[in-house]
Amino acid sequence: MEATSRSFPANARRALADWGLQDALHTMARQGFAVKRAQAAARLPEFETLRGLAKDMKNEVLQNLDFYLETYERAVSAAGGVVHWCRDAAEARAAVLTICRTAGARIVTKGKSMIGEEIALNEHLEAAGFEPVETDLGEYIIQIRHEPPSHIVAPAVHLSKEQVAESFRATHRDLDPDRPLSEPRQMLDEARALLRRKFLAAEVGITGANFLIAETGSSIIVTNEGNGDLTQSLPRVHIVLASIEKVVPTLEDATLLLRLLARSATGQEFSTYTTVSTGPKRADDLDGPEEYHVILLDNGRSALLGGEMQDMLRCIRCAACLNHCPVYGAIGGHAYGWVYPGPMGAVLTPTLIGVGEAGHLPNASTFCGRCESVCPMQIPLPNLMRHWREREFDARLAPAAARYGIALWSFLALHPRLYRFVAEAAARVLGWCGMKRGRFRTLPLAAGWTNVRDMPAPQGRSFMSQWAKRR
Amino acid sequence: MPGERVGLLVTCLVDLFRPSVGFAAVKLIEAAGFSVEVPMAQTCCGQPAYNSGDRKSAQAVARSVIEAFAAYDHVVVPSGSCAGMVKRHYPTLFDDDPVMQDAARRLADRTHELVSFLAQAPGTRIDARYDGVATYHDACSGLRELGVKDAPRRLLAGVAGLRLQEMASAETCCGFGGTFCVKYPAISDRMVSDKAADIEATGADTLLAGDMGCLLNMCGKLTRRGARVRVRHVAEVLAGMTDEPPLGQS
Repeated sequence: MEATSRSFPANARRALADWGLQDALHTMARQGFAVKRAQAAARLPEFETLRGLAKDMKNEVLQNLDFYLETYERAVSAAGGVVHWCRDAAEARAAVLTICRTAGARIVTKGKSMIGEEIALNEHLEAAGFEPVETDLGEYIIQIRHEPPSHIVAPAVHLSKEQVAESFRATHRDLDPDRPLSEPRQMLDEARALLRRKFLAAEVGITGANFLIAETGSSIIVTNEGNGDLTQSLPRVHIVLASIEKVVPTLEDATLLLRLLARSATGQEFSTYTTVSTGPKRADDLDGPEEYHVILLDNGRSALLGGEMQDMLRCIRCAACLNHCPVYGAIGGHAYGWVYPGPMGAVLTPTLIGVGEAGHLPNASTFCGRCESVCPMQIPLPNLMRHWREREFDARLAPAAARYGIALWSFLALHPRLYRFVAEAAARVLGWCGMKRGRFRTLPLAAGWTNVRDMPAPQGRSFMSQWAKRR
Repeated sequence: MPGERVGLLVTCLVDLFRPSVGFAAVKLIEAAGFSVEVPMAQTCCGQPAYNSGDRKSAQAVARSVIEAFAAYDHVVVPSGSCAGMVKRHYPTLFDDDPVMQDAARRLADRTHELVSFLAQAPGTRIDARYDGVATYHDACSGLRELGVKDAPRRLLAGVAGLRLQEMASAETCCGFGGTFCVKYPAISDRMVSDKAADIEATGADTLLAGDMGCLLNMCGKLTRRGARVRVRHVAEVLAGMTDEPPLGQS
């Protein structure tokens, strides 16, 4: 998809003025992923211990990533599957298109995959003449609306049920135009009937992967709708889309992460479906795909290894950071302008599309720290955003006004005598001007502040000058 | 221990906007039995540079703070955000300088946010009266970097005449975030408007918190909305020093 992260401030203003979106965000806040997560974590006494174990396990994997990926590939091959190593989005798309062409596919069903979004797979499948069909209900809804997801776990969370009904009527034109669609159940049944036909007709099924298991060559997906199972077991060809950091050593390691994933994401103890798939169908299996391919995507991730951003590769895409972020809660996901929104997106997006394009995202945070406090993998998200700010500052990407302001402030802060003089002068002038009301409605050079709130006036003398007199 | 020397890190916002908070801090720390000194070499903790990505300037400012406060048994700060900067971030600023890092760690270990310092000091006596219903905002850095949550509530319980009425999302950010509030004013406005609505919904006549940045932001929004809420730093109430008009009032 075309990134619009560069115009983040305008995107955010639009989102704040979009009452439908604001309603949806309030509904989300009320239904409370955050509350449910807190309850789920509280019900599991070892939750905090698991976070530490998961962090250590994943750190060890990242230190030996080459070893685990090669081990994984050998296991996939041994099970009869094929691993396609892809350096970037173009290579990954080319590999998928080749497989689809070779399979003589027409319809390609898809389970939910953020990697699919990252490489803009649907657009390319369509351009090549295939019919991609998203089978996760939320993904299906945004596919027929030609929208990107606004949340990495709940892609259509920005929509109301009325908007969904409208899109169903506009898209499913072969159905009775006067059918009732006011209840979620009615829309669910309609989507299910339609998707059943696609499941059975598809020649290729594409899923993402929550985890790849080095020991067994398996991929694991979690869903609440079971659509992933039908996507990967009914068509003749199963393609797994996964990025390189999804690998863990053993099934046991995967279960450690599974215990954290659903609790952190939705407050569920476990997702409704947790499905393990290992290679194509074996000689004595009744069902399953005849071909099993893994698209193993790097797309800039290996460049993070050994650097200050490596911690980000621990992310398991639970979206707890989105659900707890006051900025995400105010503007939703689309304003971030690319595939990954919220705090995890603010760190990851500049890696994937460049800090020149996505430079706003790591700046659009108050560093309130709630994301880090709930991250199941203990990723220091505010620190990583600060690292991006440092790179922007060093590359002179930060606005000139901000850079000169900081330079002036730093000079003063390093010259205490001069600083005290300036602070006292400012306290006196502002204190005198604001004496009558105790606050300012407007202030020169401070429109960013006073456009939306008053500026309380200083008391009139700086602390340091009063202290120097007193002692 | 009583008799020990405390260096007060005043913070730039208290220095400029609300010196009465600094004097309240001095009164409270002295009442707990410590002697208080204010090193004149201090200016600011360095967060504006640090959070803007100017690591070099942040290091330079941190170095001057570390030197200015090297001699004290404790360093006390009437701000969770600035105390968090010293305690959690100074040591990481000197990853490539073991000597400075060691000095930063020694300072970090002796640095305390004011209210939590008072709460664990054996000599602390709260002898204050405040007639009103107050609601308390948990400023983010103090809460999540330093665990300041119970300490202010425990001490406020000792203030005669004061009743605490909790707001709906006391732990949700107010939208200040340093330069964030002027870089992204529309988002900040939404956040502080939600916060102001939560504050007003309690019916409390007073808003308290332990950080001037958050207080300036919330106070500015409350007065702009025409709300009749008195806004004060928690230290003023704990010290019984509420003669000065509330923040944003004359």
